[in-house]
Amino acid sequence: MKKDIILCGVGGQGILSIATVIGEAATKEGLTLKQAEVHGMSQRGGDVQSNLRLSDGEIFSDLIPLGTADLVISMEPMEALRYLPWLSRDGVVITSSKPFVNIPDYPAEEALESALAALPHLVRADIETLAKQAGNPKGANMVLLGMAASHIGIVSTDDLREALARIFARKGDAVVEANRHCFDLGLAAAR
Amino acid sequence: MKKLLLGDEALALGAIHAGLSGVYAYPGTPSTEITEFIQADPVARQRGVHSRWCTNEKTAMEAALGMSYAGKRALVCMKHVGMNVCADAFVNAAVTGVNGGVVVVAADDPSMHSSQNEQDSRFYAKFAMVPVFEPSNQQETYDMMADAFALSERAGLPVVMRMVTRLAHSRAAVAVAENAGAENALHLSEDRGWVLLPAIARRQYVKLIDKQAALVEAAEKSAYNRLEQAAADTPLTVVACGIAYNYVKEALQRGARAASVLKLSQYPLPAEQLRAIDAAGGKVLVVEDGQPVVEELLHAQLSDRCTVAGRLTGDLPRTGELTPDNVAAALGLPAPEGQPASDVLAARPPQLCPGCGHRDVYTALNKVMEDYPEGRVFGDIGCYTLGALPPFKTLASCVDMGASITMAKGAADAGVFPAVAVIGDSTFTHSGMTGLLDAANENTPITVVLSDNLTTAMTGGQDSAGTSKFEAICIALGVPPEHVKVVVPLPANMEEITRILREELNYKGVSVIIPRRECMQTLRRHKAGKK
Repeated sequence: MKKDIILCGVGGQGILSIATVIGEAATKEGLTLKQAEVHGMSQRGGDVQSNLRLSDGEIFSDLIPLGTADLVISMEPMEALRYLPWLSRDGVVITSSKPFVNIPDYPAEEALESALAALPHLVRADIETLAKQAGNPKGANMVLLGMAASHIGIVSTDDLREALARIFARKGDAVVEANRHCFDLGLAAAR
Repeated sequence: MKKLLLGDEALALGAIHAGLSGVYAYPGTPSTEITEFIQADPVARQRGVHSRWCTNEKTAMEAALGMSYAGKRALVCMKHVGMNVCADAFVNAAVTGVNGGVVVVAADDPSMHSSQNEQDSRFYAKFAMVPVFEPSNQQETYDMMADAFALSERAGLPVVMRMVTRLAHSRAAVAVAENAGAENALHLSEDRGWVLLPAIARRQYVKLIDKQAALVEAAEKSAYNRLEQAAADTPLTVVACGIAYNYVKEALQRGARAASVLKLSQYPLPAEQLRAIDAAGGKVLVVEDGQPVVEELLHAQLSDRCTVAGRLTGDLPRTGELTPDNVAAALGLPAPEGQPASDVLAARPPQLCPGCGHRDVYTALNKVMEDYPEGRVFGDIGCYTLGALPPFKTLASCVDMGASITMAKGAADAGVFPAVAVIGDSTFTHSGMTGLLDAANENTPITVVLSDNLTTAMTGGQDSAGTSKFEAICIALGVPPEHVKVVVPLPANMEEITRILREELNYKGVSVIIPRRECMQTLRRHKAGKK
C-alpha cells in the first residue's frame, strides 16, 4: 500500500507542520516515507509545495510522478488547482476555501468557484474561521489536516491525533489541546 | 537508530560521526542546512567543532585547508556557484594535496530553483582531478561521509560531495550510528608540497596525475557503484548517476521495459564497469541531473558497439532537473493520465515581505530616479533582487555576488549618470568590498546603497559577517566619511531618504548610503524568542 500526497499553499502558511504530523504518524507505524520540501526564496510569499510519499514498501523517487498523487492538501484554493496534473483521475482535493490574494491578477471568484466545483472529489472548508472558532487562529493547518485525516488511509485518524500531540508536546498541554480541537473541527467539517 | 533527516542533515550528521573538527561555509540554497545542523548538534557543540559562518566560500575553503594541514578533518559547504568563488583555492588544493581529510560539498541546483545558473560541480572535480561522491538517497549521503573522509586521507586529495536540490531538501529515515567517531589528533604536515612555488608545483602536479589510476580503481571497487544486470537479455543499459538512480528504479517498478542499470555514485568513471557495458553493446542511456558530464565522456570512451543517448541526443531534456516523468518518458513508459491542468491559475512569484526595509529603499530610489531616465540601478544577490520585479522594477541587473558595485563602476566609467548599486550587507562583505576599493581609488562617481538588514536574509537569517562594521569598512576603503550616510528605511523617513539620495547622486565621487533596519523575519523570531 502507498499514499502519495501533495501539500501546497503560499509560503508562510505552515504546510510543513502538516507534513511533520503525518510523517510522525507514519514513522510510528513503521512505514517508509520521503518528503521533498521547498526551501529558499520561494518561501517569501510565493507558491510552495511539498511531495509526501508514504508506503509499506520501498520508495525510490523523492518526487511524485504526474497523474499518480492520491491527495492534494492545500492551504489555499487556487494553489490546489496548480497541482491537478499530478493528481490521479480519482484523486481527492482537500482545500481551504479562502483565497490568499497577494498578487494583482488573482482569478475572479466565479472562475475559481467553477474550477473547484468541476473537480471529481473535493473537500473544502473555511479553515481560518474554524481555527478562530476553536480559539486557536494559528491552527488553520491542523483544521486542514483534520479534513484530510480520513482520506489519508495509510495511517488512521487516531494515529494522526496522537502524532499531533507528540509533535506539539514540547509547547505544553494547552497548545496540544488547542491543536487537537482544530483537528477535530476539521474532521467534523469533512464529514 | 533511525532518524528522519533531510539529505543536508544526513550529510552533516555523517560528517560529525566521521570525526569532523570543523565546517567552513557561506550560506546558499540548497546547502545552508548542513552547517545549521552542525551548529545545533549537541555532540558538535560539546566537542567545539568549528561551525561559524565564513565571509565567503574562498575564505571557507582556505580555512578548511589550514585545518587539514594541522591534521584534522574539515568540511566545506556551498551552493554550486560558490565553487566559482573558491575555485582558486579548490583547484590548487588538489595540487598541494591534503593532510587531514577535506570534503567539499557542492550543492547543485538544476532547474535554478534559487540560482542564477545550472552549472554542474562534477566539471569542477574533473578539472581539479579529484574524486566525487554523488549520493542517490539520504542513507547513502550519511554513509558516504565516512568513506569520503577516508578516501580524502588515503589519496591525499580533497573529495567533492555533490548534492542536488531534490536530495538536499528531501527527508527520509536514515539508520545512523549511536556515537560519533573520534576526531583526528593534531598532526602538522611536514610536506613541502604545500609551498606551490613553480618548481614544487610542477612536482606536485605530476603526483596528482599519478594518483588518478588509484582513484579509478577506488571507483571500480566502490560499494556505491554497481552494474545491475537485467534478468532478461536487453539491448538497453542505463547509466544512472546519483539521484537519477531513484527515478530509473521508479520507472522500472512502474513497468518500464527491462534494462541493465549502472548505478553510478563515485567518480572518476569506473573503467571496469564501462568495459562490461561496452562488451554488451546496444543503447546506453545516460541519466544524470545537471549537465551532460558523463554523457560527453561516454561518447568518447565507449566503442561504436554502443549508441550513447541522454540530454545531448534529446532523449532527456537539455535543461532543467530530472523528474520521475522525464526519466520515465526516456525509458518509454507512457505517462498516466492525471487530471487536466487548470486554466484559472495565476503565477505567484516570491515577494519582499510586508514591512521589509528593502521596500522603502526601492520606493525612495524609484522616486529619485524618475528625474534621471538615463540613470541605472545595478542589483545584486539577495532578497532585494526581487526589486527587479513588479511593483518596483528598479534593478537593471543581477549577475553574481558583488557585481552591483563593479558594474555600476564600469557603467559610470562609460558615462552613465547616475550609476547606482544596490547591495545587501552580507553580499557586500562576501564580494563587494574589493569592488568598492576599486571605485574609491578612482573616486568613480557612483552611489552605493548598502541595504543593511543585519542578517543574511534570503537563506533564512544567518549571521552577517560585517554587522556593526559597515561605516568603518567603507571609510577604511577610502569613501570620504561625509559621504557615508546611514538612514532608517521607513515610510515616515521618505523625505529624508530621497533628499540624501539626491545629494549623493550629484556628488562627483563614491558615496555609500546605508539604509539600516532589521529583517522582518529575524525580527519576528527575536520577538518570539523574548516572550
